[in-house]
Amino acid sequence: MNAIVTVIGKDRVGIIADVCGLLAKNQVNVLDISQTVMQDYFTMIMMVDVSGAQLPFSELVKLLEEEGKAVNLSIRAMREDIFNAMHRI
Amino acid sequence: MLSRSEILQTIDMIDQQHLDIRTITMGVSLLSCCDPNPETACRKVYEKITRSAERLVQTGEDIEREFGIPIVNKRISVTPMALVAAASDTGDYVPFAKAMDRAAHTCGVNFIGGYSALVHKGMTEADRKLIQSIPEALSETELVCSSVNVGSTRSGINMDAVRLLGQTVKKTAQRTADRDSLGCAKLVIFCNAVEDNPFMAGAFHGVGEAERIINVGVSGPGVVYHALQSVKGRPFDEVAETVKKTAFRITRMGELVAREASRRLDTPFGIVDLSLAPTPAVGDSVARILEEMGLEVCGTHGTTAALALLNDAVKKGGVMASSSVGGLSGAFIPVSEDEGMIAAARAGVLQMDKLEAMTCVCSVGLDMIAVPGDTTADTIAAIIADEAAIGMVNNKTTAVRIIPACGKGVGDTVEMGGLLGAAPVMPVHRESAADFIARGGRIPAPLHSLKN
Repeated sequence: MNAIVTVIGKDRVGIIADVCGLLAKNQVNVLDISQTVMQDYFTMIMMVDVSGAQLPFSELVKLLEEEGKAVNLSIRAMREDIFNAMHRI
Repeated sequence: MLSRSEILQTIDMIDQQHLDIRTITMGVSLLSCCDPNPETACRKVYEKITRSAERLVQTGEDIEREFGIPIVNKRISVTPMALVAAASDTGDYVPFAKAMDRAAHTCGVNFIGGYSALVHKGMTEADRKLIQSIPEALSETELVCSSVNVGSTRSGINMDAVRLLGQTVKKTAQRTADRDSLGCAKLVIFCNAVEDNPFMAGAFHGVGEAERIINVGVSGPGVVYHALQSVKGRPFDEVAETVKKTAFRITRMGELVAREASRRLDTPFGIVDLSLAPTPAVGDSVARILEEMGLEVCGTHGTTAALALLNDAVKKGGVMASSSVGGLSGAFIPVSEDEGMIAAARAGVLQMDKLEAMTCVCSVGLDMIAVPGDTTADTIAAIIADEAAIGMVNNKTTAVRIIPACGKGVGDTVEMGGLLGAAPVMPVHRESAADFIARGGRIPAPLHSLKN
């Protein structure tokens, strides 16, 4: 199953490393990354595959949110289906 | 592959524009709970509801987390209780409401609807007992919602029921006077009630429905308002097109959630109700959408036309997105629950008569309107009759949810709290309709041909 992960936070060294480390630790495979810095704010959108993750998706969402908060990042994971439903017929 | 802008658009709708699933409502048939012994019947009611909706709240929360879309309410609707209680040898139906209330608390839902009676053509003994018990039932329970259908296009308007409900609304207000007459916010009087409405307070599980069903209500006035800002000053064709496209996206999301909930709860998927249901939060108002179309204040001349366009475009977008659009689908105009409506009513621009005109072109009707506490039962019955007539003649659902605020007058405000909001007390005509209401009987169904 694919999910969309969005990351927002004040730009600093190692954000991508932090997030990717967290994902790797949970067996989440990164498929695509798009990233930019807007007025000092780092924003990243990732498409990930969570089929290999040991945690159920709802717990993974919670974990990413909490771990993100600990390093001053807002990390949100949502199932890809919701975007497809809205934007693809 | 999804584009960056599409992803950000969806996230923005949820974060900034109050897009949410307003309710997942599970309909449960209670016809199997009938029993001559009222205590046994109440026990069966409690057990069936709690067994059926055991996982409803948990499932709703799981979906909320995984999809990242807020699901504001989880609710239950049941078979009109007058039909279930009719089999029991008792004159007191309040225990049935209490059984519903206990079941709702056990399941963790925030409302349960279906303390209802369908009396559009005539009243059975059970219907009468239920209607007479409404004031007590609503004052002694917390989560129970009640509705009564008093008219339909096919059968006309039952004016005996209308008169009785005028008194019922008054008594309900008096019994809950210490809570700003809150009981009246949980009582809806319908014409042409729908059987699969997921929204409260008017939800009940129709007799033509399955054993259990999942209905989902989607909302999003904020999203429509935001979308309209991109077509400022453009012709109405473009306005309609923009609303349609937005409604389409919202409904697709609703259908996805409905199907997921239905799968996880192993309960058939009923309908998606695409209603622009406002909340008192700033940026989640239907009135502000109408104002965005170019009206200085909602309620001024032009409001009815603007609402007609909005309501129709919402439906058109919705039906393209799901083959199971149902319920009330359209735009709601509950005064106390809409920040823009509250402001317009406070300013004296939005009046009762204009609201009545607006109900001719949008879904539902005179909703969450506070009137002076000294308004008579006859006047309330007459307001109900007017609204039912609009529904009957125009082949649409109309409803009245009116609050005669005990001890308050024009200029005062009724505070309901939460999603129910706050309603400024609006003036009503002081001239009597008592002789009109005293007649009773039935207003015949309208002609279905010679439509001019």
